[in-house]
Amino acid sequence: MRAGRIFGGANGLRLYAVLYVAFLYLPVLLLPLFSFNDSAIPNFPLTGFTWKWYASMAETPALLDAAWNSAMVGTAASVMATLLGICAARAMTRYRFRGQKAMSGLIMAPLVLPEIIIAVALLVVLLRLGLDLSLLSVVFGHVLICVPYSVTVLIAGFEGFDRSLEEASTDLGETAFGTFRRVTLPMVAPAIVSSLLVSFTISLDEFILAFFLTGTDSTLPVYIWGQLRFAARLPTVLALGTVMLVASFILLTIAEIFRRRNARRTQVEGGLFG
Amino acid sequence: MTAAAEGAGRAAAASAPRRGSFLRSEEAQGLALISPTFLFALAMLAAPILVVIAHSFWTQDYLTIDRTFTLENYRIALTEPIYRDLLGRSLILSFTVSTLTVLLAYPVAYYISFHGGRHKSLLLFLVTIPAWTSYLLRVMSWKVILGYNGVLNSALLGIGVIDEPSTAFLYNTNAVLITLTHAWAVFAILPIYVSLEKVDRTLLEAATDLGDGPIRRFLRVTLPLTMAGIIAALIIVMIPTVGDYVTPRLVGGKDGVMIANAIEVQFKKGANWPLGSALSVTTMVIITIMAGACVAVLRWTARRIR
Repeated sequence: MRAGRIFGGANGLRLYAVLYVAFLYLPVLLLPLFSFNDSAIPNFPLTGFTWKWYASMAETPALLDAAWNSAMVGTAASVMATLLGICAARAMTRYRFRGQKAMSGLIMAPLVLPEIIIAVALLVVLLRLGLDLSLLSVVFGHVLICVPYSVTVLIAGFEGFDRSLEEASTDLGETAFGTFRRVTLPMVAPAIVSSLLVSFTISLDEFILAFFLTGTDSTLPVYIWGQLRFAARLPTVLALGTVMLVASFILLTIAEIFRRRNARRTQVEGGLFG
Repeated sequence: MTAAAEGAGRAAAASAPRRGSFLRSEEAQGLALISPTFLFALAMLAAPILVVIAHSFWTQDYLTIDRTFTLENYRIALTEPIYRDLLGRSLILSFTVSTLTVLLAYPVAYYISFHGGRHKSLLLFLVTIPAWTSYLLRVMSWKVILGYNGVLNSALLGIGVIDEPSTAFLYNTNAVLITLTHAWAVFAILPIYVSLEKVDRTLLEAATDLGDGPIRRFLRVTLPLTMAGIIAALIIVMIPTVGDYVTPRLVGGKDGVMIANAIEVQFKKGANWPLGSALSVTTMVIITIMAGACVAVLRWTARRIR
């Protein structure tokens, strides 16, 4: 609090921070608010409480199909991204080899490329190869953009990890794989769970790649995009958005709990941007 | 790869003969371990981008591609008014968005880092939540706020500031600016926060002891030491906003369309892949130059501090 006294403006700063966070949450909290509003036009004053927009979700087969597709794509993408992430994060933290920087650079590159460019590049290659666009191509696109996040979460898991435990295991006669499975893996398990959840959330909310790479099947964001043209469908979309928001919140909270458990265990802070 | 591994092994063997083979296998293991992920990125990212670069030098006649080398697509991308303007607008907008976002985010990151106390990581997590909700839905929510029948208009009507709803809020560049500034806020807060956390607090005490007031102390100690975070935040916000597709389409209206929308038109329905490729490559090159300029500024300030 010494800094507060020296700086004098701590109260002003706090007020600003509160206003800024309100600005961040305003559009997000309007979704649930209007999803319970009786009127078909999202507007103030609110006209009355209703569950009907949620009920209408269950009666829309296209929406349910999209939800199922999103769940499948998210599961496949998060498992693949995490497996690839484990390989890369382990190689980056445990080993030193030539070309490591360049290889890591390429793996992390999707973070610094606009998604539209990744999307059109994949689209061109798939169509040139004569392959059909499908949910599978969406999965591959999602894996590509999830891997950097997965690697970042997992590196925090692998770092600060007591190497002597692995050495002890090897000295006691375990094979390299046995050591990895019985010593390393349990230690980084929280980071792995965190990576799965973060990847799933990214895939669940990802739009541009899914929009470009999908065939006739749509994921939830692609479905929402299609509905935005019809004003009358907006309340149902708001209800769907609220459900997705709650799902993302739950998944990320669990991911954060696992990340912190890992941070406590390995004494390494740092999530996605640490 | 094997040759490189052997080379390293031999070099190491010269200095520590007994451990040479061990080091060689270490290198080989590392390469083997990273290769699935690396090969995936090679096949799904590097190769497709090379294909796009190749396309940008070709031409298309209806559905057949003519593979004669030409710079015609780049001439169109850089000189035709429509594409030139879209590129220019995208760059100016993303530069404005990233500068504004960083300016707005810095005090929040500062507050969390210096006044967050025990709740630092909780505050950080709370700030992160909105960014993880569907981007599409957040953009749509801004549409609901800024629209003719929207929240902002009804609020202003309610308190009597205006007599009738205004159409001035939605479907223009400002709407795109607000939406993007909101969408990428967290990506500015986090790197700045990380750099603020690294600031050695004893330096600040020293500055105070030597007679610096809060403002001088901030300008001469905190700000220079957090330049890296500021530059990182600028780059992290700039890159995705240059190529943003959703926000311009949903809230931008006629004047808010950006380069990504033009790229989409050229690729969907087989319109003109080579031109779309040239637009994509130009965008990538410009982004690289802008990021490079930011890093150069960072290096320059880093040298000045020392």
